[in-house]
Amino acid sequence: MISVSTELPASPVPVVPETLVELRGLVVDYGSGSRRVRAVDGVDLAIHPGEIVGLAGESGCGKSTVANALMQILRPPARIAGGEVLFRGADLARLGTDELRRHRWRNVSMVFQSAMNALNPVMRAGDQFVDMMRAHERVSRRDALTRAGDLLELVGIDRRRVRSYPHELSGGMRQRVIIAMALALRPELVIMDEPTTALDVVVQREILQQVRDLQRELGFAVLFITHDLSLLLEFAHRIAIMYAGEIVEEAPSATLHAEPLHPYTIGLMRSFPPLTGPIERMAGIPGAPPDLADPPAGCRFHPRCPHCLPENAALFARQTAERPVLRELAPGHRVACHLVGSGA
Amino acid sequence: MTSSATLEALGLSKQFAAGERLLGRGGRVHAADDVSFALRPGTITALVGESGSGKSTVARLLARLYVPTSGSVLFEGRDVAADHRRREVLRYRSQVQMIFQDPFGSLNPVKTVRHHLARPLRIHHVVPRNRVEQRVLDLLEQVGLAPPEKFAEKYPHELSGGQRQRVAIARALAVEPLVLIADEPTSMLDVSIRIGILNLMRDLKAEHDLAFLYVTHDLASARYVADDVLVMYAGQIVEQGPAEQVLQHPLHPYTQLLLSAVPDPATVGDAKRIEIRKGRASASVDPAEGCRFIGRCPLTVGVCSELTPQLVEARPGQSARCHVTAPSPVVREETHVEPIR
Repeated sequence: MISVSTELPASPVPVVPETLVELRGLVVDYGSGSRRVRAVDGVDLAIHPGEIVGLAGESGCGKSTVANALMQILRPPARIAGGEVLFRGADLARLGTDELRRHRWRNVSMVFQSAMNALNPVMRAGDQFVDMMRAHERVSRRDALTRAGDLLELVGIDRRRVRSYPHELSGGMRQRVIIAMALALRPELVIMDEPTTALDVVVQREILQQVRDLQRELGFAVLFITHDLSLLLEFAHRIAIMYAGEIVEEAPSATLHAEPLHPYTIGLMRSFPPLTGPIERMAGIPGAPPDLADPPAGCRFHPRCPHCLPENAALFARQTAERPVLRELAPGHRVACHLVGSGA
Repeated sequence: MTSSATLEALGLSKQFAAGERLLGRGGRVHAADDVSFALRPGTITALVGESGSGKSTVARLLARLYVPTSGSVLFEGRDVAADHRRREVLRYRSQVQMIFQDPFGSLNPVKTVRHHLARPLRIHHVVPRNRVEQRVLDLLEQVGLAPPEKFAEKYPHELSGGQRQRVAIARALAVEPLVLIADEPTSMLDVSIRIGILNLMRDLKAEHDLAFLYVTHDLASARYVADDVLVMYAGQIVEQGPAEQVLQHPLHPYTQLLLSAVPDPATVGDAKRIEIRKGRASASVDPAEGCRFIGRCPLTVGVCSELTPQLVEARPGQSARCHVTAPSPVVREETHVEPIR
């Protein structure tokens, strides 16, 4: 029996000074020359051991590209055009092919959105575990299968399911299998890219609860990527909001919920109708995210920002010409907006 | 209620053959089972449920994309299936419009927005030919695509997802329908765009006095737009009633489960979340007598496995299929279960 009931308040942010992963001024381009699209433009983000960090944003904002850069699985035409990706202080760009292969799955593993496509349909689940483990360490087939069974039990699936083919498993079970695989080599960071988007709400909650339990038990860090901010507010310790290739706000979940500062964050919060309380007409955010091949000058959110008005000439000039930088306004709360922190 | 309903489903059922039919081993999937409800003018009715619960099947039955196995659809009081005359079928098709999930797939990529809107106006002779252009611009304005002259020129690939969905809505409105069926119209859109479409639905309902069926898995959006809610589980409507009543004071344990699973920052740490076993909301093959939620339900009593619960009005306007929270008088007498108020 899996309990869906959860006490969901995010556990206190673990105060760990050391940094597990750090992105410094990460820039990722797709294509080059006149057809270049800068999908990620100067992202700074740190993840500490045992921490659940949420990365939220709309489609095309670059959140998945950040994940792929962390995993070092960007393929042409995508390439890292600037900045660094540090894992325990070591720059991943300097690793050779073999070292990178060890980095993936052992240090950082990844759970993708559609588990249906991530599993090989003609291989039994157990054999896929065996393949993965034997690619990374010397282990006998039999031992690997035993461990696969243990891992399945860890995520609440009967160990006999090692003999099942993917089509014999439900969507939720396949996603659990992928999560079990991601945990197989005890990585320090698990990246989850929209892991529950294709699933129903009830299954989604079961899986999130399980990830939370496992994370507490095993102590790995999670980078959780989603468009669903309301989900992150419950699940993550800390949240970074991405817009058009940049992080525009970052704060502990409780702070972000109580005191969002960036107009985009505030707009996102106002985009989810509440399940309780009064039903007021919500405004959402006018307009649409920009084309990254030709992003707006100045603040990239300015064409949609309710506080960007020509009447306010001095501010308007800065908003439309000068790119705001992320500034720390309170401990752990960083915002990139001309409206806050600079006396404006 | 029957008298004022524009569109009514009466005991609507749809079964699909399952498994190996050739070998005679397959059963029948009861995708929709004895579904009854009414759509009234100026009202948004939300049909909520998880994937496989049968909500899209119901939408398609109403749109006449499927032929029901049993039961009927009444349009303005008349049985739709009884009238096969081409004129009547066409009238139904124009009066009951559907908006789909995917705004990318439902527009022709080589035609302008103007073409998409002018075509139904001409085919159904909605306005005289010389007024088609003005009407196209009016429609664009209504769905918030301004300036309309500019949008009329555009091709689908030049529009964002939200704009495309607005064009699809404008096209559905072109023929001045009485009923609009929207199947997950916002689920493929970005979060910041969704609320705009929901607001548009609210406005159109009021302006055009539309009978609106909003099919969704998103309870919060259902609460935001809907007047009435229907909750589907495994092919059956398990609860129905006024939206606020159903979503704030649910009767059926499945409605409670759905509500408790929705991420809602406002209720973080709320102990109300109930404990329910996992399982699937999908329609089942040849379901046995008894409640279909029984395997997951924390409230189960003896009668649940013996008798399929019927929709019982336990509170004014609010009905549920549950022997415990909405027992029929007969069941209450036999089991001495008192309804939960």
